Amino acid sequence: MITYIARRILISIPVLLAITFVLFLLSELMPGDAVVAMMSPEAPVSRAALETLRSQLGLDQPWPVRYARWLWQLLHGHLGYSFITFEPVTRVIASRIPATLELMGISMLLSLILGVILGTISAVKQYSLTDFVLTVLGFAGQSIPVFFLGLALIYLFGLRLRWFPVSGSHTPGAPPSPIDHLSHLFLPLLSLSIMRIAVFMRHTRSSLLEVLHSDFLNVARAKGISERAVIIKHGLRNALIPIITIVGLNIPVIFAGAVIIESIFQWPGIGLLYVKAVQQRDHPMIMGLALMSAVVVLVSNLITDIAYAYADPRIRYD
Amino acid sequence: MIKRFIAAFHKASPHVKGESPWARAWRRFIRHRLAMAGLLFFGVLVILALLAPYVGRYPPNRIDLRNAFSPPTWEHWLGTDGVGRDVWSRVVYGGRVSIAVGVSAVSISVFIAIFLGSVSAYFGGWADLLIMRVIDIVMSIPPLVLIMALIAIVGPSLRNTILTIGFLGWPGMARLIRGQILALREQEFIMAARASGIPPYRIILRHLLPNAVAPLIVAGTLRMASAILMEAALSFLGIGVPPPTPSWGNMLQEAQTITVLESYPWLWVPPGIAIISCVLSINLIGDGLRDALDPRLIL
Repeated sequence: MITYIARRILISIPVLLAITFVLFLLSELMPGDAVVAMMSPEAPVSRAALETLRSQLGLDQPWPVRYARWLWQLLHGHLGYSFITFEPVTRVIASRIPATLELMGISMLLSLILGVILGTISAVKQYSLTDFVLTVLGFAGQSIPVFFLGLALIYLFGLRLRWFPVSGSHTPGAPPSPIDHLSHLFLPLLSLSIMRIAVFMRHTRSSLLEVLHSDFLNVARAKGISERAVIIKHGLRNALIPIITIVGLNIPVIFAGAVIIESIFQWPGIGLLYVKAVQQRDHPMIMGLALMSAVVVLVSNLITDIAYAYADPRIRYD
Repeated sequence: MIKRFIAAFHKASPHVKGESPWARAWRRFIRHRLAMAGLLFFGVLVILALLAPYVGRYPPNRIDLRNAFSPPTWEHWLGTDGVGRDVWSRVVYGGRVSIAVGVSAVSISVFIAIFLGSVSAYFGGWADLLIMRVIDIVMSIPPLVLIMALIAIVGPSLRNTILTIGFLGWPGMARLIRGQILALREQEFIMAARASGIPPYRIILRHLLPNAVAPLIVAGTLRMASAILMEAALSFLGIGVPPPTPSWGNMLQEAQTITVLESYPWLWVPPGIAIISCVLSINLIGDGLRDALDPRLIL
């Protein structure tokens, strides 16, 4: 197991390095640079002065030198300064991570639990009315784009029924309270989770159906164990192994969903930050956030693979 | 009835002997009810989009300030927006944009996927290693994030939306083609072709790729649904198809204020329903194609 984990980590290092290189190339291609960003349009500066500043900042060096220096700074946790606010990118991102982590984490957990429960019900009662309703709802849930769902939920729960606030993570000016925060969290969480619930439900259903009629379940039944225990202890346990992969595959998707949902609900996380950065062409911020999302994907793939190997020992000995 | 409906999601029809694989797939496909419903619906959308100048009734960008925010009437089937543009017309013309983006972006992706996938599988070695690592890298950045970073470089426009979606949509399909070809590469008929001196590009085009077409059709169809969704998402975030060109995504973006959401639902419900029905019908077609083409189902 330890050799497997070590090998898996070693494989991701060159990929990570290559990603930093691709992102560096992209930032090279972006129009404008730090010097242009520092200049205010009101006070014209001579070309010579711009060149002096560029050489002071090392921007006139050949690109391998600049890449190496950028990488070196990266290893120390520096990602440069925003072109718009001049704050350090690392600090801005760090201050926004908790909000996104909260939204994504709770959404993932919620959709996993609900999806597995609904999928199990659907599979156990295959071809019943419940199964039919859940299958149709699942198909619908998978087809509604997250941004339309967000708008529809704002209209229904925020504007018509007025049950929940539709913007931000707390009421401005009000003293911070958990209830206020949770009521702000509810709608973005729901919009982000519905599609995931549907995905996990469909996969749990088909995966459980595959094991439901297998010999080892019949053995368990023959031993006189209750059907409930057969399904939960012996069925689900094996059916959920492929779900690990589905969870891993969904982490980047949920991240992209968070970008859209945060901008609809003005949720102060990194998704909202990224949309603003792209609209304002704030290159260091874009690069920092893109790098972070790549790291999130790599780490989640790593964890998925390790979890899979843990759950299914056959994987380890390939 | 319920049983048959659910079974339609996972159905395979019996195998008739002496039938060509394509005829068999076609027969299974036209029996797939949900896929036929999807095909019918998508056909309607395509026809509406093609006939937009005739069925739109108004030019999509005709401003009529005296008629702003008109609710649906006989003159304006789906009402008008804040500057009096006809919503029905904009939805129909928006369909043109969305479907065009879907089709052209997927064509680009398929082309790249075929080229890199077959080179990678047929030649192996360094080419394979390099291409597979590139795929790993592209797949390690969430697509929306990468596309947005590219848009920040090239700027938002209709053409750039198509190009960025197309140029980043190939890795999954390239892997698929590589897998298919790897499985065939060492078989006798390929060795025979090689032994008779047929050049590699011809072996790939004439002998290997035709065997990878079936899964590619399925993947491409499903890919098209996600390309349309991606365009809508980008336009919704204000970095896709720029106004005044109507697209379903930017119509939703223009409706993203509390006042419009609350008081003028005819501005945002129609484009939303258009996106959902388009994506849903393409996905149903894709599912039907998978059931019809996947030979594992008849084993």
